Amino acid sequence: MSVFYTATDHFVLLPALLLALFGCATLLFDFWVFPDPKQRRWLLMFLVLGEIFAGVAYWRQFDFLSSHGGELTAFNGALIVDHYSLFFHSIFLVTTLVVGLMSYRYMEVREEHHGEYYGLLMLAQTGMYFLASGYELVTIFIGLETMAVTFYVLVGFLRSDKRSNEAALKYLLLGGLSSGFLAYGFSLLYGLAGSTKLADIGRMAASRDASDPILLMALGTTAVGLLFKISAAPFHMWAPDAYEGAPTAITAFLAVGSKAASFALLLRLMVGPLGAARASWEPILVAAAVLSIIIGNLAAVTQSNTKRLLAYSGINHAGYILLGIVAGNPTGIKGVLIYLLVYTFMTLGAFAVLTALTRKGLAGEDINDLNGLMKKAPGYGIAMLIFLVSLAGIPPTGGFFGKYYIFLSLVETGHYSLAVLAALFVAVSVYYYFRLIRAVFVDTEEQETPALSTSFGLKVGLGITGVMTLVLGMYPEPFLRLAQLSISR
Amino acid sequence: MQEHLLSIILFTPLLGVLVLMFLPRSQKTLVRLWANISAAAGLLVSIPLIVNFNRNADGMQFVERMDWIPSMGVQYLIGVDGISVLMVMLTTIMGFLAIFSSWDAVKDREKEYYAMFLIQQTGMIGVFISMDFLLFYVFWEMVLVPMYFIIGVWGGPRKLYAAIKFFLYTLAGGVMMLLGILTLYFVHFGQTGRYTFEIAELMKLNMPLGLQQWVFWAFFLGFAVKVPMFPFHTWLPDAHTEAPTAGSVILAAVLLKMGTYGFLRFSLPLLPKASSDHTIVTVLATLSIIGILYGAFVSLMQKDWKKLVAYSSVSHLGFCTLGIFALNQAGIAGSVIQQINHGISTGMLFLVVGVIYERRHTREISEYGGLAHVMPNYAIVFAIAMLSSAGLPLLNGFVGEFTILQGAFDANKTWAAFAVLGVIFGAAYLLWLYQRTMLGEVTNEKNKGLPDLNWREWAVFLPLILWAISIGVYPKPYFDILEKPVAQIVHRVHQTANTEAAIR
Repeated sequence: MSVFYTATDHFVLLPALLLALFGCATLLFDFWVFPDPKQRRWLLMFLVLGEIFAGVAYWRQFDFLSSHGGELTAFNGALIVDHYSLFFHSIFLVTTLVVGLMSYRYMEVREEHHGEYYGLLMLAQTGMYFLASGYELVTIFIGLETMAVTFYVLVGFLRSDKRSNEAALKYLLLGGLSSGFLAYGFSLLYGLAGSTKLADIGRMAASRDASDPILLMALGTTAVGLLFKISAAPFHMWAPDAYEGAPTAITAFLAVGSKAASFALLLRLMVGPLGAARASWEPILVAAAVLSIIIGNLAAVTQSNTKRLLAYSGINHAGYILLGIVAGNPTGIKGVLIYLLVYTFMTLGAFAVLTALTRKGLAGEDINDLNGLMKKAPGYGIAMLIFLVSLAGIPPTGGFFGKYYIFLSLVETGHYSLAVLAALFVAVSVYYYFRLIRAVFVDTEEQETPALSTSFGLKVGLGITGVMTLVLGMYPEPFLRLAQLSISR
Repeated sequence: MQEHLLSIILFTPLLGVLVLMFLPRSQKTLVRLWANISAAAGLLVSIPLIVNFNRNADGMQFVERMDWIPSMGVQYLIGVDGISVLMVMLTTIMGFLAIFSSWDAVKDREKEYYAMFLIQQTGMIGVFISMDFLLFYVFWEMVLVPMYFIIGVWGGPRKLYAAIKFFLYTLAGGVMMLLGILTLYFVHFGQTGRYTFEIAELMKLNMPLGLQQWVFWAFFLGFAVKVPMFPFHTWLPDAHTEAPTAGSVILAAVLLKMGTYGFLRFSLPLLPKASSDHTIVTVLATLSIIGILYGAFVSLMQKDWKKLVAYSSVSHLGFCTLGIFALNQAGIAGSVIQQINHGISTGMLFLVVGVIYERRHTREISEYGGLAHVMPNYAIVFAIAMLSSAGLPLLNGFVGEFTILQGAFDANKTWAAFAVLGVIFGAAYLLWLYQRTMLGEVTNEKNKGLPDLNWREWAVFLPLILWAISIGVYPKPYFDILEKPVAQIVHRVHQTANTEAAIR
């Protein structure tokens, strides 16, 4: 207790420190060094630089863990670095990077290109850091709120757009509600365990009867809070509106980053410390998963706005990922990780294509705006095809292996009826994804529209996501090894 | 070279696509030419396969084995036996002819069109040579996407409806099959402690009948939709009718065979107890016979030329599945030969429809009449295609149908009696179609000036006609090549059935 800030603490916290530092520095640089709007591209470079630094810091942690094994805790066990958290950190890193790359031109077109935007992206990522690495309730909660508050701002970033304001308000109200639920659950867990450390809570859960009403209540409220964040039904109502109103790049950030971070926490909580109380939380997650798959898929069929459609598709994917947690065996957890990884790339990619469709005076958010994309810009058309086929879960794309692993774990653990339900709804999802594919490839533009808003960064982002979606489908082995590494202690 | 022959066959079309992607869109002739070259190369590299295939050897040949996803026990394991070899040849030949026949027919977005055909070619070959169940599944699903586009982009007026219906039906069946595959995978792990999808390994499993039945029905959903068996056939008439000519040809000649091939390669050898289970055999044979008769009746009533051919497929594929579930040498060998025959004759019939459709842009049978006067060569080709489909002796259809009926008769005389009715009705709807369109006076003014077959059309039909005649006159090589693999399947199914009976 004597040393306040040890070298280990520093080593563990360094990536978050760097991200926060670069984030805050971006805010300052915005009006000190680059006051001219034309210079804002340098701030994007700043983000890239920050991510590189953070990436190096993560790499050193990974290197350390590989040679020394196990895990690294800091601040008296409040933070933890293990392969599991590093897996998620790399997802957050890629997400923030690609979101940054696809934002530049998009925000310019929407005439809301401000420097603080990039700073906020990195601050949100800092919040995500604590969700994956936090090992103590208060730390986790602060991380969650850091992320959430940044997102409230980012969702409403289009100040002159009514829908963006509406989305931000809805997200703020419902997000606040869910945070309340979570705080309540956390406080109950604390009350039961007498400690905020996850390790102590694990001991508490193991010693208590699964049908203990207070434990049930604590688990229930915690689960509800997190189900809100991952936009699982029936707590999904905010998602379509928030997704639709937010700037498209932020929609992608919300759909991928926020969801992956919340899953990182949910998975760690449910399988780790609260694993002993599985009987209590399993029915909740089963219900949420089944409802998400059904509602997500059926509602997506009727959408005409692409962003809303992808919001419902995100709800549906959340359902599939939840099923991996329900299965709960190593295959299932690996499945959750692989699914999230694939989901990151394909969803980011799909949204990146959408940002290119937004042009001056043309929102580009209707399904019809995709019409004739293949003819207009074959590269974007093919990329969109890859992402949509992957979202639908068809080989040889990564989406197939995500779904495959979920089915695998369900069959392995004998959840046959869930497996059949999940499998049948794949066919439903194909219906609406192929509506988009049809627009891209079959339908033709009714009238001439201006050229797509592209940029070098966007193309790089599309390249990364497109190639990774294909690689994950054709040679998933290295990523399966990583996932295996992440769940082994 | 020899040891990687199958990989070369598999990836040649894909290689063609890679180059095709970089050809300029505006150079239409170049794009067409390159697509034809790629397809022809795909055909050429497959010739050494049939030449060097040893029909007296047991088991798989030209085996290539590589780890693909070792942490899940998935291998890149390909190989061929007599059944696969015939299917691969059917695929490369029909694939080339389909692409060749599109030269004049497709004038819109050629680049994508040919790319889709070539990708599909790789997928179909992959299905027939995969000896790892997951690899098989990946190719199985991969085939769906190009076909969706072929129907959806270059199809007829209701193309989008037909395309998505095709996709959804097959996909829904496919995912159920996947669950069956995964069940097998875990049963195998439970018994041996090793994760693998290798078919030869999965065949060693000893599964109780109850579990086999469940897995059988899961597989059944995947395969029966693809074949298609009654009552899962409803996607077929739509897809066939709306698809462009070459698409229909591939769909009928190769894609449907993936379903029957699946029964032969997976359901029977992996689940012998379920496959010889009395209830299952009865259900499957009954569905086949319903398919045969229903397809024939509906064909009789069609006003649309192409739809008639489509429904005739339902009927003919009914014979194939009936042959499989006769579970004897004649039935199964006949079924495989009939699958090839159906590829040839129905492929020809679709091409015949395509020829006239290109000239008149209608498929209404009532629009035509007396075409034999205007297009005598065309009438001859159509006559051969029609007679081969109807099963006239000395043409290929006869060999297949006869052998299947022989097998069915051995298994159950009632089945044979009903199936024979199908042959009769088959002759009826085809002859009547011929009579209405070809014979008599020219009834429609518009048909008077139609040009006869050009050289390119001849070049497509001629090999098919020769092939049809060669099988009809001398089918022995086909029976020879099928002898071993079919005997193996029959042995496997009956051996388990007999041991079961002995235990009782």
